Amino acid sequence: MTATVPATAALALGDDALVLSHRLGEWAGHAPVLEEEVALANIVLDLLGQARVLLSLAGDEDELAYLREERAFRNLQLVEQPNGDFAHTIARQLYFSTYQQLLYAELASGDGPFAPLAAKAVKEVAYHRDHAEQWTLRLGDGTGTSHERMQHACDALWRFTGEMFQPVEGLDADRAALETRWLESVGDVLGRATLTLPEGPRTGAWSAGAGRQGLHTEPFGRMLAEMQHLHRSHPGASW
Amino acid sequence: MVTATALEAELLELAGSVPDPELPVLTLKELGVVRAVRVGGPDTAEVDLTPTYTGCPAIEAMTLDIERVLRAHGVREVSVRTVLAPAWSTDDITPEGRRKLQEFGIAPPRVREDSGPVPLALGPTRTHEAQSEPVRCPHCGSADTELLSRFSSTACKALRRCLACREPFDHFKEL
Repeated sequence: MTATVPATAALALGDDALVLSHRLGEWAGHAPVLEEEVALANIVLDLLGQARVLLSLAGDEDELAYLREERAFRNLQLVEQPNGDFAHTIARQLYFSTYQQLLYAELASGDGPFAPLAAKAVKEVAYHRDHAEQWTLRLGDGTGTSHERMQHACDALWRFTGEMFQPVEGLDADRAALETRWLESVGDVLGRATLTLPEGPRTGAWSAGAGRQGLHTEPFGRMLAEMQHLHRSHPGASW
Repeated sequence: MVTATALEAELLELAGSVPDPELPVLTLKELGVVRAVRVGGPDTAEVDLTPTYTGCPAIEAMTLDIERVLRAHGVREVSVRTVLAPAWSTDDITPEGRRKLQEFGIAPPRVREDSGPVPLALGPTRTHEAQSEPVRCPHCGSADTELLSRFSSTACKALRRCLACREPFDHFKEL
């Protein structure tokens, strides 16, 4: 690791992991079954661990997580979307973990500043993606109701998926190839789940690279307020 | 690669003898997470420790335990560094570590046939796996076991159930 760490890219990847870990953490105490409660909490822990490493590459992890304003966060709008019903959470997981696995696999194969973390995290993310795939199959190819809700969730989050393939300063990855493989992989899972790959724009003037530019959707501010309030109420406190 | 001195080898052995805070039947050496010890000055040492999972919360307890043990051995300044590369794998668990896991009631990880993510079988509900080598029940030894959840009490384990003796058990999943 001789090259200096590109702070913009470290923030983008770190914020994705941090924000999604917080969103998934909101399921604690609410998951449909105990095993799922534990599974989601484990994914939270993996993502939080990744976030800590990535944010530490960009600066002080606590300051970055707890003392930045909404507009300073660089995460994708996809990961800040509210959990919705369980199908929404799973659709978000499928879209994001597929992207993260492909991206980390590529970063791990290089020798850039993110290679060590990516090589480690890609193995964890493989389990996240598998978890999302199993649930997508189960819900999509389940009852009429579960199928309908899973399709609705996939459709609703579709417009946030184009942002994953926007260029990020300092992130050396073949975006076009990632996008092609992402579409193949997600399309394959949805097909086996008897679901339809959503149609419609995946990006547009209203969203192109928006989260990466610090423009976030309305629910994000409230999520951030909850995530940060304890730290801000007790500055400098320790156990 | 710098050759380790006798003192470094001794301190590495000592750091490796610390029990894992979450799986106290295993030492850190058996878990394969202590990578190296470098002696800097007359009584300073630096230890390289690697996490099993990136977010493993046990890493802090491990760090404190290693510092305590080496200080008690007369090393005044101990610093434990967390290193990520090369990434830890369940293949780093020693044969003795695997045996102890089994004895403790946790099915040890299978040795991976190749690198990369472990493929799991697809199925609409709880699944049997397509992997060639079965996960055996640590209680009765039966190969007839099923996956209940890919995640269990800690990130490194999956929850399974034995279909022969009906006991649920943890499986240290392959990473």
